[in-house]
Order: sequence, then C-alpha cells, then structure tokens
Amino acid sequence: MADETAIEKRETQDLQPTERMRSGRTYVPNVDILENNEKLLLLADMPGVKSDDLDIRYEHGELVVHGSVQPRQDAEQGNYMLREYGVGDYYRAFQVGEGIDSSKIEAELQDGVLMLHLPKSEQVMPRKISVKMK
Amino acid sequence: MFGQMTFPTSRFDELRRDMDRLFDAFGMGLSRRPYARAAAYPAMNIWDAGDTLCVEAEVPGVGRDDLEILTVGNELTVKGQRGPVEGKWAVHRNERGTGEFTRSVTLPCEVNADKVEAVLDSGVLMLRLPKAEAAKPKQITVKTT
Repeated sequence: MADETAIEKRETQDLQPTERMRSGRTYVPNVDILENNEKLLLLADMPGVKSDDLDIRYEHGELVVHGSVQPRQDAEQGNYMLREYGVGDYYRAFQVGEGIDSSKIEAELQDGVLMLHLPKSEQVMPRKISVKMK
Repeated sequence: MFGQMTFPTSRFDELRRDMDRLFDAFGMGLSRRPYARAAAYPAMNIWDAGDTLCVEAEVPGVGRDDLEILTVGNELTVKGQRGPVEGKWAVHRNERGTGEFTRSVTLPCEVNADKVEAVLDSGVLMLRLPKAEAAKPKQITVKTT
C-alpha cells in the first residue's frame, strides 16, 4: 500500500485461528521481502519481541509469524503527554510458493528485527546451463 | 484509543519538524504528507512518572553503537541509523525504511541530564529522565490557624 507510511503501526484485520486469552491489540509488522538465487529473505520489524515470544509456522504454503509482546509502559491513560504508538502483539501471514524447502527455514532475531531465511528447494533454483562447444 | 494525542505533535516538534524534513534522512521513498501524529521517526511515547519523565521509542534494527542520544536543556534528540541487507537482492516488498534518522522533542520541563538512563532492549529504546529539582511536583502543606 504505497500511501501508508512505515512510521504508523497498522492493526491487523486478520482473524487469527486461535483466540487470545487476554485482550490487547495486534499489529501488522512492516516487512521487506527479498530474493536471490538461493533463497527468499523476509525481514520483519517487531520491536519488543524476544525469541521466546516468537511463533513461526509454515504449512501448506502459508507462513505465519506471530510475536507476543507484554505490556511494558507503566503509565496510566492520563499520564501520557505524547502517544504515537501502541504496544501489542505482532501477527502477519504470507502465501509462500511451493518452491521453499521448509526443512531448511531459519530464523534470526536481533534488535527486534526478525530475519527469516527461506531457502529455495532444489527444483526451483535457477540452473546454469553450460553450452558445450561443438 | 491510541494515536489520539492529548497535545498536538507541534507542541513538541515544531522547531524540529522542518529540520527533519530537510535531512530527509529516513529515505523511505514515500510521499511526504503532513501527519497529525508521528511526523518524524521514530514514533515516541512520552509519559510523566512523577519525578521522572519517561520516553520510549521503537527503533528496530538499531544497535547500541548506531544510536546517539543528546539532551540540551529541555530538548531531547535521538539520532541513529540502520543499514540495508548486504548483498544483491531482488526486492518484492519494501515497507521498512533504512538510513539515518534524527528527531528532537521539547520536553515539558527541565531534566537532570547527568542522571538520564537509557536502555535499549530488542529494538525498544527506553529513557528515564529525572526532572530537575525545580520541576518536581511538591506537596504544599496547608496550615490551619
């Protein structure tokens, strides 16, 4: 969505398959999706999420990323002088093509940024075809 | 409802908003529309905790060494940068910005710059700024005759 700025947090409209026990908002993390010959790389901004709070699943071509975030601002409603974002979970689901080797998916989390390495399966990797000289 | 601010951003940012645009540091390539909230990066939450002012900002992907925090009087400046991923990549989606950012806010009172605590955890920057003595709330006892 070219009109939205990456600064504002978007709340997710997706229905989640499981219900949450406690009330709270869920946000859509901003992502970058990159590709090279070997893999897809997905980066998601999820500040406040630590590795224990991450739940990543890949099944039937769908990749679901969920990060839990505990409330951390010890302020009551009235004490805020400036409030530009909310604190809540992150959730986003992606359709990923069949060409991913799901057994080799790797996830790294650093400084609140999730980096998912999705290696392409052998069949879809571009193959160099060498031309023999006759 | 979050995002509904008690005070307009300009109360804190008016000196700096244009400067931020001059730097155009964050380089997201999106059209610059004036927003009522979070006109600059990073978005901040500021609240009063009695004797301390608390400022929190979400800066994912920024490490300790990439961050610079300054206080001058009652003005707080947060500067930093984060780089793009190394290597050659085809880009399917780009929602995250990269580059440098700088944002200054005017705090509602003077703070004790020597005692400011800053903690960076999982991409969340949390600042606790103790108010200067004169700015702390003081109880006044009422005498009865």
